[in-house]
Amino acid sequence: MLVKQISVFLENRSGRLHEVSEVLKEAGINIRALSLADTSDFGILRLIVDKPDKAQQVLKSSGLTISQTDVLAVEVEDKPGGLAQILGICDSGGINVEYMYAFVEKSGQNAVVIFRAENPQGAIALFQKNGIHLLSEEQVYSL
Amino acid sequence: MIWNEKYECMERKDLEALQSKRLRGVVETVCNKVPFYQNRFLETGIVPSQITSLESLPQLPFTVKDDLRKNYPFGLLTTDLADIAEIHASSGTTGTVTVVAYNREDVALWAEVMARTLACTGGTSADIVHNAYGYGLFTGGLGIHYGALELGAAVVPISSGGTKRQIKLMQDFGATILTCTPSYALHMAEVISEMGVDPALTSIKIGVFGAEPWSEGMRRELEKTWGIIACDIYGLSEIIGPGVAVECPGKEGLHLWADHFLPEIIDPNTGEVLGEDQDGELVLTTLTKKAMPLIRYRTGDITRITYQPCPHCGRTAPRINKLKGRTDDMLVIRGVNVFPSQVESVLLEIEEAKPHYQLVVTRSKGLDELEIWVEVDEKFFSDEIKKLETLEKKIQSEIESVLALRTKVKLVEPKSIERSMGKAKRVIDKRIM
Repeated sequence: MLVKQISVFLENRSGRLHEVSEVLKEAGINIRALSLADTSDFGILRLIVDKPDKAQQVLKSSGLTISQTDVLAVEVEDKPGGLAQILGICDSGGINVEYMYAFVEKSGQNAVVIFRAENPQGAIALFQKNGIHLLSEEQVYSL
Repeated sequence: MIWNEKYECMERKDLEALQSKRLRGVVETVCNKVPFYQNRFLETGIVPSQITSLESLPQLPFTVKDDLRKNYPFGLLTTDLADIAEIHASSGTTGTVTVVAYNREDVALWAEVMARTLACTGGTSADIVHNAYGYGLFTGGLGIHYGALELGAAVVPISSGGTKRQIKLMQDFGATILTCTPSYALHMAEVISEMGVDPALTSIKIGVFGAEPWSEGMRRELEKTWGIIACDIYGLSEIIGPGVAVECPGKEGLHLWADHFLPEIIDPNTGEVLGEDQDGELVLTTLTKKAMPLIRYRTGDITRITYQPCPHCGRTAPRINKLKGRTDDMLVIRGVNVFPSQVESVLLEIEEAKPHYQLVVTRSKGLDELEIWVEVDEKFFSDEIKKLETLEKKIQSEIESVLALRTKVKLVEPKSIERSMGKAKRVIDKRIM
């Protein structure tokens, strides 16, 4: 139930993000979701892509600093209170969220929340117990 | 092996007698043949016949780099160009080009001191020297070359650049001594590893690294990575080029060939001569150079000197400490003296950082800020910002504890700091003075 996320270390330098997107374009890699976290000196680009292993390889060979992290993709209903329900479960189950970002599925019915939890296995068990739908790797990459 | 035992292991009183005699000779020569020194001595009221021994040395005026610039190109020569064999020039990165000239005897002297130097690090006639110092106007390449020939070793004049090709030839030829700047040796190791070869498995057994200050931490890194003994070599083109001083494998100071180059340590601010074991600026007088002798040349290099015989190799040639830095590399930030080598030694103690760094100095609202750019090691890259920020803070506090100065540490991408083939550029000073 874990999904591979590619993280890229980026210096705060103009054009750097564009270079990354060019590398992905050349390799025919499609981005499913992304988030950019930044501090005053550097940023971390987090990506969910259709071919994570290939993305890792092409980014690394173009000299970028990469790491692969396992994250959870949680499906929630796209309506008010959808996110609150999920976070309520995390809170009551003692699961700490390192970071998260979300996007809406093409159908428009559901949203997908990407979670990085301190204890991913614990989070999986908790969500499953509460009947929350976790997307598999294949489902996420082919969204 | 000791190349020239008579001079390298001389009793101190014999050395001083020799130095005194040679000093009288060189003072007389410059007074007779170099108008610059004639005038300088007249101005300061020096009569050559008063210079009878080493005690008179502090009476003599200093020579500084600017004197070489003002006498560009041949104003400091004792001879006309017909007698000159070789001419070198500085890169001029810190000002106008400075020129140094050698006659045939000077080139032979250079070969002699460089042969001593290579032998002192453990080199013999059986060695193959992979000489990656730049060949050209820079004295590094040719100085090592002449020394290797004199020693009877084989020299590969590969010069700098074309790192992958260098590595291939180094392996194919079975080179045993690597000579280059320490930063280039580090870069070469990086490239070899990328090619899938462990640098420690190459045939290199001795590294003779110099032309820029480097720390003990950098030495440990180079020795471990390459599986070698890494010796520091010191020299400057104004004096002769490489071959002024070098470490033996005991690595307790650099043996300075004081029968040819007379050392003093002075307070860089007052010019006053300091005693043994006191840090100050190294001043050198060339005792035997013919074409362009220099009197009390201020090297700008900060070190100290000891006359204790070396406990490792038995040489009595005085030893200078591994250089702390140059007076002109030294940054003064909010009243604190900072040498790039101090920052380097901190970084080498931190596992997650690489010893590739740059110091960037800026001034905002009259206050100087020192920013330290450090490459983050790929193995430790985390996608969690707080972990990277913790690393920045850790480096910052380690540096603060060494320098007593608050700096700003900025993590940059691996391999984003320019790799140098020659002297690494460690400082970018953006202050407008």
